[in-house]
Amino acid sequence: MIKNNTTEDLLDPNKYQDNYEISPFSKEVCESLFRKLVLIRETEIKIANERKLNNIKGPVHLSAGQEAVSVGISENVKNSDYIFGNHRSHAHILSLGSPVDKLFAELIGRSTGLSKGYGGSMHLVDMDVGFMGSVPIVAGTVSMAVGAGFAISQRKSDSISIAYLGDGAVEEGVFHESLNLAKVNNLPVLFVVENNLFSSHMDIDKRQPSSFTSRFAKSNLIEYKIVDGNNVLDVLRCSKELIKNIRETKEPKFIEAITYRMFGHVDWREDIDVGTNRCEESLRKWKLRCPIKRFQNSLIEQNFFSESELDSIKLEIINALDYSWQKVTNDPLVDKKSLLNNVYFENK
Amino acid sequence: MKKNLTYSEAILEGFKYLLDNYPEVFVIGQGLWSPWYVGNSMKDLDKLYGKERIIDTPVSENAVTGAAVGASLCGSKPIVVHPRMDFLLYAMDPIINQAAKWSYMFGGQSNPQLTVRSIVNRGGEQGAQHSQLLHSLFAHIPGLRVVMPFSVKDARDLLISSVLCKDPVIYIDDRWLYDQVDTISDVEIKDLEDQSPKKIIDGNEITIIASGFSTKLAKNAIDKLSIKNKNSIELFDLRVISPIKYDSIVKSILKTKRFMVVDGGWKTCGLASEIISSIVERIDPSSLLSKPVNVSLKECPAPSSGLLEENYYLSENNLVDLINRELENNN
Repeated sequence: MIKNNTTEDLLDPNKYQDNYEISPFSKEVCESLFRKLVLIRETEIKIANERKLNNIKGPVHLSAGQEAVSVGISENVKNSDYIFGNHRSHAHILSLGSPVDKLFAELIGRSTGLSKGYGGSMHLVDMDVGFMGSVPIVAGTVSMAVGAGFAISQRKSDSISIAYLGDGAVEEGVFHESLNLAKVNNLPVLFVVENNLFSSHMDIDKRQPSSFTSRFAKSNLIEYKIVDGNNVLDVLRCSKELIKNIRETKEPKFIEAITYRMFGHVDWREDIDVGTNRCEESLRKWKLRCPIKRFQNSLIEQNFFSESELDSIKLEIINALDYSWQKVTNDPLVDKKSLLNNVYFENK
Repeated sequence: MKKNLTYSEAILEGFKYLLDNYPEVFVIGQGLWSPWYVGNSMKDLDKLYGKERIIDTPVSENAVTGAAVGASLCGSKPIVVHPRMDFLLYAMDPIINQAAKWSYMFGGQSNPQLTVRSIVNRGGEQGAQHSQLLHSLFAHIPGLRVVMPFSVKDARDLLISSVLCKDPVIYIDDRWLYDQVDTISDVEIKDLEDQSPKKIIDGNEITIIASGFSTKLAKNAIDKLSIKNKNSIELFDLRVISPIKYDSIVKSILKTKRFMVVDGGWKTCGLASEIISSIVERIDPSSLLSKPVNVSLKECPAPSSGLLEENYYLSENNLVDLINRELENNN
């Protein structure tokens, strides 16, 4: 059933399209993963549509296609862990269990939003689920996750920190400084590169001499794994092992998840006409590696769920999202008089 | 109990006070396990508090400062040490994009409580990249607090206030102040937000405003004035250069009707220019007896030649001349 694909094949959209073995995961775990994947996908589709209608005024960087990475990893995260995101963090924060209505509220500037309406899509925080913040400066939070590692190691707890970054971020100098700093200080940090093969419009072939970013982990003597980022169970397994290892050894680890985004760099467009190498044909092929479709087909094929059961879960989620969106549009906007609030911390 | 301390010993006392009383404080930066180039301001901290809390680092200003920002969000109170301000420029992203804006971007739910201690080290033919005082650059940014102690007591107490402040603070000390001695009382815990400029010398003819080493320069220049002119100068030490509380300075200028700002940075978009503009906005400019005087650095990079250096840095004698000229013009 499973073809013997190589790591190199991860870069080829014609490969890694088949169903995969679900066992030994239980039906309950699979349902929960499936729900999260669909929740994120449908949330992103909803956001794309609302953005297109200009109901969302600011830019949105959508994670559709990349859901399996954070959904798999978040299964192994504790509430006391510290997670740092980036410009494309809707999936990160939702996978941790942050309420979707607070995300929606944030995108339309409501004071009930995750960042009290001050942040919009690119500045999200939910410390209740361990999500410390996302910001759009590429690689901006990588060193911050290393700093969380210092805080953890001084308290001698078994928490970890996670830095989510993309393949563009590895081109920033601070990424290299951060790997080195984490390694020489034995800090409990998991670096997760979601390698979607593009930084904005430009594909990785034209930016780097190799398409695998984990070579930098190797050069810093950090243990790493390259994983099919569109296979939620593989991501879950691989991160489970590495995270367990980090908690025990306090050593940094590195995951490179090869994935692909369904939308363009920003907003609802597919960007098949933008930049290099992202043509209609290649997008069509990559869609065949869809993390949800593959999981769904595997679940049905191996008799965990029927197609209609999964369809009704989807429908339930879509309806709940529509309801959430409607609900938050009635929430209060940010107070116009609050422009100068929070420049300095007010909660003394 | 009062004791005699130098400026750099006072900083060391501040560190010890913080490390003794706050387990969440840690210090990180280059050279902390052999801090020979920061006077004795960090002597033996690693031996007293251990290498887990006093962390020497790779040559990575950007990641180290970013790490301090990250740690501060997770309950630590880090102090990042940059032994030379010039190298701090590698860390502008974590300071300006991240720390300064963090509270605002997330609606005040989270606060990067870190202190960046940056040391000005210049002169001695060190040249353009071993010389800069870049305080104005940071003072430009909303969300940062910028502290520049001149006095021995402030060197210690404002370090403590900076670290206990809930906002990101840039604390700038100056090697040219390290040997100053003063007899100071026990640590006083002061809320940084409440700190305002301090009148150091009373006078009636000209108000001079300065900070850090420039305050010392102005104070020494005033000491060198003739007996007749000595009592004419009122000197203010800013202490905190952003945000500035102007009330006491404005009050003084309403009395003296003349003022001069002395600053160790460049003039264009610099601290002295900012203070002049902020004061003029707060008074009726026609009440001034003369134009405000901006005494800043000459607008070129620091030269390496000692001969050119003499012409570049402000000196006490320059300042004496400028003050005398101002007094003569108007009397």
